[in-house]
Amino acid sequence: MRDNNLFKRLVIGGVLGWMVLFGAVPSLMLLGVSFLKRHPDNLIEPVFSLGSYLELLEPALGSMLIQSMLMAATATLLCLVIGYPFAYIVARAGKRYTKTLLLLVMIPFWTNTLIRTYALVAVLKADGVINRLLLFLGVVDAPIKLMYTQTAVFIGLIYTLLPFMILPLYAAVEKLDLRLLEASRDLGASRWNTFRKITIPLTMPGIVSGCMLVFLPALGMFYIPDILGGAKTMLLGNYIRDQFLVSRNIPLGAAASIAMTVIMGVMLFLYYRSVRRAGRKVRI
Amino acid sequence: MNRIVKAAYAALVFAFLYLPLVVIAVYSFNASKYSLAWKGFTLQWYGKLIGNATLLDAALRSMTIAVVSATVALALGTLAAFMLHQYRFKGRKAVFGGLFVMMMSPDIVIGISLLVLFLGAGLALGFWTLLMGHVTLCMPFAAATVYSRFEGFDPTVVEAARDLGATEYQVFRRIVLPMAAPGLVAAWLLSFTLSLDDVIVSFFTTGPTYEVLPLRIYSMVRLGIKPDVNALSVVMIAITVTAVVLSRRLLKEKS
Repeated sequence: MRDNNLFKRLVIGGVLGWMVLFGAVPSLMLLGVSFLKRHPDNLIEPVFSLGSYLELLEPALGSMLIQSMLMAATATLLCLVIGYPFAYIVARAGKRYTKTLLLLVMIPFWTNTLIRTYALVAVLKADGVINRLLLFLGVVDAPIKLMYTQTAVFIGLIYTLLPFMILPLYAAVEKLDLRLLEASRDLGASRWNTFRKITIPLTMPGIVSGCMLVFLPALGMFYIPDILGGAKTMLLGNYIRDQFLVSRNIPLGAAASIAMTVIMGVMLFLYYRSVRRAGRKVRI
Repeated sequence: MNRIVKAAYAALVFAFLYLPLVVIAVYSFNASKYSLAWKGFTLQWYGKLIGNATLLDAALRSMTIAVVSATVALALGTLAAFMLHQYRFKGRKAVFGGLFVMMMSPDIVIGISLLVLFLGAGLALGFWTLLMGHVTLCMPFAAATVYSRFEGFDPTVVEAARDLGATEYQVFRRIVLPMAAPGLVAAWLLSFTLSLDDVIVSFFTTGPTYEVLPLRIYSMVRLGIKPDVNALSVVMIAITVTAVVLSRRLLKEKS
């Protein structure tokens, strides 16, 4: 009997210990640092201060934050608009095709994102595939500038994150009870009303989790603006990185990270609510 | 929607997802160095890749860290899944929540908070800190994969083993582990690809003594297209595709 308890205790203690050490402690340290003062040469001063948070709210930084969130939100919305019909088509393609189509979505999903971002350069640059095609078709006379523009950053974000939108949407559409859609049509609802009042609410958990899986990384993927956007376009991730590694304002970088965690918290809350509304069990 | 419209739409999205990968593959076999214009088939970029010691060293380090962190994450994740599945204890829901939050946390927040931890603990950034970072990144995913496999079990088998006098360790070692084997392999492969794919956590948790492949590529590609990086990308894509197809096969055995 003592053996039994020992194994059980070791397992629980080990897992909990690890989660506290690498999950809770670093998060609390980050929170703590965000409330400290910046020291000119020593990096951090152990003095309580709300300065970093106030600085985040200042017009210059605040507008950067808002702009970054708008960019991430736009990329998320575009992913949703592109991904929803696609997920619908895949889910309704028939058993034989669905599996293959899903596997085809998974492959780019698992390919190194940096390599994929780099591969986009070959498509977007002045003598890249898009420009060659446009020149060949006679749409343009001279190559258009795609690289190092905001458009390139959007393309990069959508390209990298689209599978994160498609997979949860697929799971939601696949679970959809077709009889409910039929009933709605039988009772005289138009196609559009059926979609708006039945399909969308029932697939809401997929929509919300897809948006969460795209929006949060879209705020943080600093290497996409770096490689595709030049130095002009900034995501929250670029800002956090620069505070830690360039400007060396660690409390401010920590405060910006905490802001991002708060955004995540809000999104998780929305997710739980949407799952509950759709009447399903919340699961990992 | 019309069938043809549907097929065309799906094809368009797939074209978007695959075009860059195809372009990179074409570049890697093209004799022309900078342009897409086809100047003949060549393997010289693969030859150049083999001669690029720094790039290959970084690739080897990436593989090492992916193998080690996938193994550690699998061990921890399996124990976590076993604990959540078999034991009822105070705070069990909090552990579920904690793992879920760790899974959803943006990579940059994980990276930054670990950097703060390592700096606070006075650790030198390098192999060990990178390893801890990657295990932190992969473990919740490994736990979720293994847990979903456990959910498919017949609970009476474990009960029978306990009734017949098996210790907890024996239940874990002799009953649960063998039954979960395909799930374990899938979890390991998932962790392996997550680690290999990661840029952001590595960026913050590794030091100059242990430069992994994505970071090496990152510093190279900011200066433009490099033919040997094209060749390397194709090799990496091939490795990933193999891993994905393998893990799919193994997961399929389950159903």
